[in-house]
This record gives sequence, C-alpha cells and structure tokens, in this order.
Amino acid sequence: MEDEAFTDINGKAISLDCQSHSSFCREFTVSSSKVSIGKVMVYTCSVWLLSYAVFFFTENTAVLSSAIVITLVGMMLHIHFVKVDHESLLVIGSLGIQVSSNYASGRETTTFIEMSKIKDIVINEAIYMHQIIYYLCVLLKDPSEPNAVSSVVPLFQSSKPRLNCLVKVYKSCQEILSKC
Amino acid sequence: MVLKIFFPQCCNRADSGLLVGRWIAGHDSAVVLAVIHYPFIPGQVKQYVQQMQAQSGVELSVLGSWSLPKDGQEGMESFLRDLSTIFPQKCWLQISRQMGKTGFTCNILNRAQNGGAAQQEVTKKKDEEDVKSDGEAGGEEEDKEEEEEKVIFVHYEQRKVMLSQLHPIENGVPDPKTDPPSELRQMFQTVAHSQPLFFLDKYDDGPLKSTHWQSEGREASIIVELLKQASVPLCLLLSCLLSLWTWICNIRIFSLHPLRFLSSKLSTCVQLSYRTQHMRTLSSPKPAAGHTQFMRKANILVSFLVDVALGMLLISWLYRDNHITMLANTLVPAADHVAKELEELLQWLMGAPAGLKMNRALDQVLGRFFLYHIHLWISYIHLMSPFIEGILWYGGLSACLGLTFALSLLSDMVALLTFHIYCFYVYGARLYCMKIYGLSSLWRLFRGKKWNVLRQRVDSCSYDLDKLFIGTLLFTILLFLLPTTALYYLVFTLLRLVVVLFQGVLHLSVDFINSFPLFAVGLRICRSYRLAEGVKFRVLCDEPGTALHLLMELNPLKCSTVVQTYRTPTYSCYPKDSWAALVKKLFVGELIYPWRHKTTKAD
Repeated sequence: MEDEAFTDINGKAISLDCQSHSSFCREFTVSSSKVSIGKVMVYTCSVWLLSYAVFFFTENTAVLSSAIVITLVGMMLHIHFVKVDHESLLVIGSLGIQVSSNYASGRETTTFIEMSKIKDIVINEAIYMHQIIYYLCVLLKDPSEPNAVSSVVPLFQSSKPRLNCLVKVYKSCQEILSKC
Repeated sequence: MVLKIFFPQCCNRADSGLLVGRWIAGHDSAVVLAVIHYPFIPGQVKQYVQQMQAQSGVELSVLGSWSLPKDGQEGMESFLRDLSTIFPQKCWLQISRQMGKTGFTCNILNRAQNGGAAQQEVTKKKDEEDVKSDGEAGGEEEDKEEEEEKVIFVHYEQRKVMLSQLHPIENGVPDPKTDPPSELRQMFQTVAHSQPLFFLDKYDDGPLKSTHWQSEGREASIIVELLKQASVPLCLLLSCLLSLWTWICNIRIFSLHPLRFLSSKLSTCVQLSYRTQHMRTLSSPKPAAGHTQFMRKANILVSFLVDVALGMLLISWLYRDNHITMLANTLVPAADHVAKELEELLQWLMGAPAGLKMNRALDQVLGRFFLYHIHLWISYIHLMSPFIEGILWYGGLSACLGLTFALSLLSDMVALLTFHIYCFYVYGARLYCMKIYGLSSLWRLFRGKKWNVLRQRVDSCSYDLDKLFIGTLLFTILLFLLPTTALYYLVFTLLRLVVVLFQGVLHLSVDFINSFPLFAVGLRICRSYRLAEGVKFRVLCDEPGTALHLLMELNPLKCSTVVQTYRTPTYSCYPKDSWAALVKKLFVGELIYPWRHKTTKAD
C-alpha cells in the first residue's frame, strides 16, 4: 500500500502500488504517466496546420475534413491500442502469475501463466536503443527438459520502470515463490 | 502447501450438505462439482457417486461437508466432523459460511496424520482476534500454528467452464512420455466430463437433492431435437447422391487425357471436387469426434449455407428484369471494343512507339501476325454471339449451388474470352525466350567459352575462326533485334498480367468464402466463453482472517487466432513462387503458368 516516487527509464514519474491480499498473494500495479494535454495539442495542431497549408494550395475542402477524421481516429487508436495506463502483476503462490495491462480506453489484455510452467522470475539486462536497461521477466520451463528455459516473458513492457522499482517487485515475488 | 479449492458460483448459497467433486492428483487442488443436501442416507450417496463415476469417467468422490447454517440449525459442527468417518478420505474439507458474511472458512481434517482425525484449523475466527490484539507478532505465531497449510478458494462459473474449450487444443489421449496436462486443463476436463452429474434436477423427486449448475431448458429445444432427427435421413440421402456423383465422375471417359487435363485447369471443376469433398465430410453418419472435428463440420456447414444464400441473392438479381440479356448485349460490344483497342495498340507498336526506332521489317512481321490473330478472334466471337445469352442463362443457374460456383464460372469465362491475350503472351514470351537463350550462348562463344552439358558448367573452348565469325555476326543481329521483340513481349505480358490479376481476385474471393471459419467467429462474438485462450483471476475479497477468494474468468480467444486455428484448409491457390522468382521468370521470358493465377499474392 506504500507509494514511493519511482521513475521509468526516460525519467518520467511512475507509481508502484503493492497490494498484499494475503501472505501468498500479492498484486503489483505500475501506473505510467497519463497522456499530457500539451502533447495532444502539438500533434493535433501540426496535423491541422499541415492540412491548412495543403488546403491553401489546393482549395479542396475534403482535405480539412479528412484532417479532422485523421486526428479523431488517430487519437482513438492511440488510446485503444498504444497508450497503456497501468500494468499489473498478480502473483498467487502455487497457482500462477497473471500479467495484465490496461489501456487508456479501458481495454484489458491478460495472460495467466501456471506455476507448473514457471521456472523463475529474474531481472535481466537488455540493449534498448542506445542504452542498457533492466527488466523483470518470467522464465518458462521447457516441457521436455526440466532444466532448460524455453522462453522469456518480459514484464512491465510499456512502463519500463528503473532498477530500484524492479528490485522491490523482485524481492517480494521471490518471497512468495520460495514459500510455495 | 497451499490447497486450492475450485468452487462453483452456483453453490454459494446452497443449503448445507456434502461436497461432491474430485481431487486433482499431484496438484493439491480440489474441484467441487455439486452439493448434496441433507437429509440423505450415506449408502445412497455412495451408490450415487459410484454410478456417476461410471457414467462420466471422472474420479468423483465426496470431498467434505458444506454448511450454511440457517435459523434453527445451530450446533452441527460435531455432526459434520462425524461425517468424515462415514466417507473415508485422505483429506476431509469442512467448508462453512456464515449468513451475511462474504468469506468462507475451511477446516481440513487430515486422516493420515496422527492416526485419527487430526484437525488443523486453517482459518479461524481466532486469527482475527489475534491480529487485532497482538498485531504483527500474533500473525507470526499463527503462521507457525498453521504448519504452512493455506487455502485458496477459486470461484468459477460452472456452465461456462463446462462449455468452454481451452486453447491450444490437445486432442485425444495425451502422450505418456510428456507431462500430464496442466492443473487448469485437468480442472476444465473434470468439469466438462462430469455432465451426467448435472442432469439431476432440483425439482426431481428422488432420494437425493443436490445443487449444481442445471440447464433451464434450451430455447427451441423441440426444433433442435426435430432437426437432429431429420439430419440422419438427410445425411443418408446426401451420401447416396454423393456416391452416385463419384460413380459418374469415375467413368473412364472422364479420365482420358485431354479431359482430365482440362478439368484440372477449369476452376469450376476444381471447386466442384472441393465441394464434393466437403459434402462427404458433412454427410458422414458418424457424429463428430472431438472438438476440432465438430468445429470443422460446423464451419463447413455454415459457410456452405452462406454461400448458397449469396448465390440465391445473385440469382434473384440476375433473372429479374432481364439482366441476363443486358449482360449478353454488353458482352459482345465489349469484346469488340477490346479488340479495337488492341488493334490500335498494335498499329502504334508497328510505327515508332514512344519515339523508339524499331527494326522496321521485324516490327511489321510481328505486327501483321498479331493483327491476323485478332481478326481470327473477332470472327470467332461474332460466330459465338447468338449463343452467348443462352450460355449465360444456363451458367447463371450454377449460382444456385453457391456464389463460389458463379465466381469460378466467371473466372473460367474470362479465361476463355481472353484466350487471344494469352496466345499473344505465349508467342511473345517464346520469341523473347529464344532470343535471350541464343544471346547468352553466343555471348559465351564471343568470350571463347562454352557450356559443358555433361559437367553442368562453363568450360573454355578454342573455336575455329569461321565459327567465331559466324557466331559474332549472329550475336550482333540478335542483339539489335532484341528491343523490338522485348517491346512486344513487355506489352503483352502487361496485358496478360491484368487478366491474371482479375482472375486472382476472383479466386481469392472464392477461397475466402470457402475457408473462412464463420461458425467459429460467430461463437467468438456471441458466446465468447466457448473458445477460451486461458483464464484470468480477480481477487474477490481480502478480509484478513478469511481465506483468499479468487474469481476465475475465462479469457476469450483473440479473433485472429480464431481465424488461424479454424480456417478450413483449401486447395492451395497461393503461388509457390516468391516475388523475386516471379520477376526473374518474367525477365527471362519463362511462361507464368496458363490459367492458374500465380502472380497475385494474399500474404
């Protein structure tokens, strides 16, 4: 239930919400920053200015109406498919791990990984653009070879919190995993 | 260890009684399927459970007791404890719920430990008091007391879980080599297989009363039953017709060389054989075994019905207001118009097209040749023109077999009507191809090399002077004549590609109607729980002191996955060549295969 100031890899403020439902069931929610009105204004204005410029030369009003449609549809698509409002990780001891991300429009995508498939949760390093970032990931077991890792499921993919936040989540996850 | 109890939502308010369900071996979890109410005779319960086990093939057992005390039913604790001796089990669950409280409490009586019924209080009222009074310290004490025994209640909706199919599908018997199916899969299977348990109606006047999901009677169930009855003779009739049809198809006259070749090229024939195969699948008298088979059948049936309905729409449009005559009357002038345009194109090519200076003699020869061909074609079309309306009239009837047939027939007709374009293309391509091959071999001669056929490589070779002279001369002539041929080849290839593209679009739409899994998509939209990708959990109540309650919901399959999984496999009409291979073929002048479209790509 405690809130501490965390930042993501770009330095934007994010908040981590740890909720302990019982001793073996915890939920971590990372909420990323909201859509800033300035950004929306900049994009909308740039599209409209461009369309006005085109309209100035072509004198075709279809350009203007298409600009309005483009901005509206673009905004809708952005909040429905791109902008992730918060991501949560529900760890239930001996049952599994549930990863879900809620989009700004309310759409929710959830995947549940059963405990029998999970090998471990680790913090990993990755090269991202021109920097090296840390991320939390779930290692999945290979059904044929018990010791091998078949695939990796990265967590908090869109909010990308920094290491101090990840360590906190990691520690309490390991606490639960080691118990069960 | 944590004990997981899958509890059906419909039993939340059931009267006190016995819990019937299954222990999932190796996972420490129990699936509760039904509650049998008081009063009962234990012998009858045992008999009933055994009978159900035989019917469903699920290892059913009495898991424990359920108590929801109402007014005047106090002091049942000792009675519940005694029940565990009547139904010997490794573990005895004692789940109870107080009226007006959301959480359940669960006691586990473990027979294995301490010989008798050693009791472990898992979640007690005392815990709450502990937490209140001692705070953290009390919590720790309680942990030790519990001996790591905890309970999770997972509430599930019995009906949805029973009807849903977990993806990816695992059909048939799992391999003994690989691991047993995962816990959730086992749970889904248990609920799905224990359908006989759910037939006991709560209004039945039997010795046992139970609470579980029960169907409230299907809508229009009489019609469904009648349809089921009617489908059997229908299938028989269909299979009779099909066997007659296959007998006709197998007559020897059809397997003669030209007919067989022709039928493999005509898309109507291909569609006919494809539809026959579908009908054979549908008319098989055996009921579908397994989910995949069932979905396949349903998809085929629905797409067939939609196809026929679309075909009927087309027919109703065609045969109203004499649309057919109109079509026939526009077709001949259209063909004339195309021929006239082609003639103009050839005239243009015979002059100086786009300012290019061609070899005049060769240009004239090629142009005249093609002009004569067009002339032949036009006279053929005019000869045909009185019959075109009849052909269209009877061809339009094929739409009652489905829109796909009408489309395939249209594709075939386009292929036949543009036969001259195909011929031009073939002539152009052959000429161009020969020139390219001649040039490449003469180029080798020019460099003093030759192609060694035996070793499949280029060897050096010393030519005589006269051979070299003649070869170089021929090379020069071919090189200077190449642009003229290449121009004709280019123009006719473009024309051919336009026709092929049109046919490709037709074939793609036919393929789409044939293979699109309409039934599965409809299920996904209307009954999204039927096709589940997995599950998702929600924490229901987390009052301290009671066990953790989770709500299990079904995660519907993504639409793209639905289409991918349930797409009916069709005859592959997709080209085998990649784009690069196609361009190379076009450049070298190899034929892109005649009537099968190989240039259009869907992916």
